[in-house]
Amino acid sequence: MSRIKACFEQLQSRGRKALVPFITAGDPSLDATVPLLHTLAENGADLIEIGIPFSDPMADGPVIQLADERALANGVTTIKVLEMVREFRKTNTTTPIILMGYLNPVEIYGYAQFARDAAAAGVDGMITVDMPPEASKPLNDEFAKVGIDSIFLIAPTTLPARIEKIAAAARGYLYYVSLKGVTGAANLDVEAVQQKLETIRKITDLPITVGFGIKDAATARAVGAIADGVVVGSALVNLVAQHQQDLTTLKANIAETMRSLRQGLDQV
Amino acid sequence: MALNERDFLNTPDELGNFGPYGGRFVSETLMAALDDLEAIYNKLSKDPEFQAAFDKDLAHYVGRPSPLYHAERWSKQLGGAQIYLKREDLNHTGAHKVNNTIGQALLAKYTGKRRVIAETGAGQHGVATATVAARLGLECEVFMGWDDIQRQSLNVYRMKLLGAKVTPVHSGTKTLKDAMNEALRDWVTNVDHTFYIIGTVAGPHPYPMLVRDFQCVIGREARQQCLNQTGKLPDALVACVGGGSNAIGLFHPMLADASVKMYGVEAGGLGVATGHHAAPLNAGRPGVLHGNRTYLMEDADGQIIPTHSVSAGLDYPGVGPEHSWLKDCGRVNYVAINDDEALAAFRKLTLVEGIMPALESSHAVAYAEKLAPTMAKDQIIIVNLSGRGDKDIHTVAKLDGITLG
Repeated sequence: MSRIKACFEQLQSRGRKALVPFITAGDPSLDATVPLLHTLAENGADLIEIGIPFSDPMADGPVIQLADERALANGVTTIKVLEMVREFRKTNTTTPIILMGYLNPVEIYGYAQFARDAAAAGVDGMITVDMPPEASKPLNDEFAKVGIDSIFLIAPTTLPARIEKIAAAARGYLYYVSLKGVTGAANLDVEAVQQKLETIRKITDLPITVGFGIKDAATARAVGAIADGVVVGSALVNLVAQHQQDLTTLKANIAETMRSLRQGLDQV
Repeated sequence: MALNERDFLNTPDELGNFGPYGGRFVSETLMAALDDLEAIYNKLSKDPEFQAAFDKDLAHYVGRPSPLYHAERWSKQLGGAQIYLKREDLNHTGAHKVNNTIGQALLAKYTGKRRVIAETGAGQHGVATATVAARLGLECEVFMGWDDIQRQSLNVYRMKLLGAKVTPVHSGTKTLKDAMNEALRDWVTNVDHTFYIIGTVAGPHPYPMLVRDFQCVIGREARQQCLNQTGKLPDALVACVGGGSNAIGLFHPMLADASVKMYGVEAGGLGVATGHHAAPLNAGRPGVLHGNRTYLMEDADGQIIPTHSVSAGLDYPGVGPEHSWLKDCGRVNYVAINDDEALAAFRKLTLVEGIMPALESSHAVAYAEKLAPTMAKDQIIIVNLSGRGDKDIHTVAKLDGITLG
């Protein structure tokens, strides 16, 4: 059983919702990422999403755009991202790691090689933001060979026929984008999310996490009440931007925010 | 690869693929809007009423057909083939871009969306979009890289006079590619009431197809005008390629005419060998950006690298997917012209023919200068003069050390 599947089964058996933090690899520095991953895991993360920086992150808002620019300026590469995962796995063998990024860096790496290297490093899943299910078979097949789950986004604009197509290609869990917009936007509508989740649940049994616009304990609680998990990205990456000069303060702030999110989610 | 008409005449397929290029690589939020656009376009493109409305606007608003002008004095000086200029610079708003914005504005009107957005590099597409938006009473916002705003201030002011909001883009390299990222972000956010008018034959399916179809009026006219004026088809076509919409518009209606050689001219910048250029077909490799798979300027890790060209409209790291396919098929030759060669051609055509080309089109002019002397005097080259050079006077004056008021 994949680490992701095991994680969600365990959460469900305990009646708990998944807290899924996101940080960008190599931000604020190459050395900071592994310690930050441990901070996340030690303060309530059930799964962790790691952003592979891209020069043209067209689905991301300003917070993650700047994180990508900082990380690329630090010299992060796809190989270095995989090395970070390998390093994290030396002491943490349980927390699922999901990479999130754009197709081009994966394409240039080579699908088969990337899948093998990512699996060897300890990656459990991958969200390729700009790869629709229609074009996903070549990469998905390589991921399937090595046991990496392909995780897909569903949007408020996705119609039921497409949800079926996406669910058929997806493994691990589905990521529901809570709003029409880019990452870090503010206009979360919980009722609309709930309606859409009901539609999705009629089509698939895969766990559904919800992201985009979840920034604090209150929004985490509200969304946690209707989803299987919540993804928190820009709120954490904002902290990285604020405290980029001081890793100790940064870790303390991340830990505090994570504990607060966890408390919010555990009230569900 | 052997030349096979079927490979490049019936493109794209239903998924938007031109051979291995094209497609629809965007985040899920946009997929429904692209499905809708494709369905609307497939319906309207076969609708005689829609085509009649498009043709009427091209005739009476744009001023088509644009002339095919025999540049006799210039041809004589070069001492080779006869050069004819397809005068897209004489269109309303001063470039070929308006052919496409007229078409997409008609689509926008049909969808009932009240707001249009666009990305722009040199500002020509922004101006053409602001123009059609003004005419239809649509709200218009144009995204433009901060660096391009500095070098194309005239067009920025034109857009504002036309009632458009011009939003500077400060991310990334602050040029056309970043403007396109920002336009896509805006579209994701406002997809319910916004129509995205893409300015070139790139982006997710169906844009490369529909922009091409709207621009094909250039090649259809040029082919017929050449037959009328000379009794034969041209021997060669020359057009500049950034995203490649003016080039595909000229080339596509003659792809099946096997005797017509085609040259797409990319921006060589400081020289392709220096790495400071915008010539992905000459020196890039295939990848995925802005919704399509195509040749790109990228580093070993798949990050898009900064481009350089004296002309803002060619300063783009990608290219329309159909050009990538035509390159691989061997049907079109893709060459590069450096900044200094383009600037020299800008001055030359202005002095010899009294026609001031845009710096983008000057790349095609410069290549024709190299090509013509290698051909016989009874042979014909058509150069797509895709835009006029008024917008570039500040750039050229600055290079001359002159400050204009």
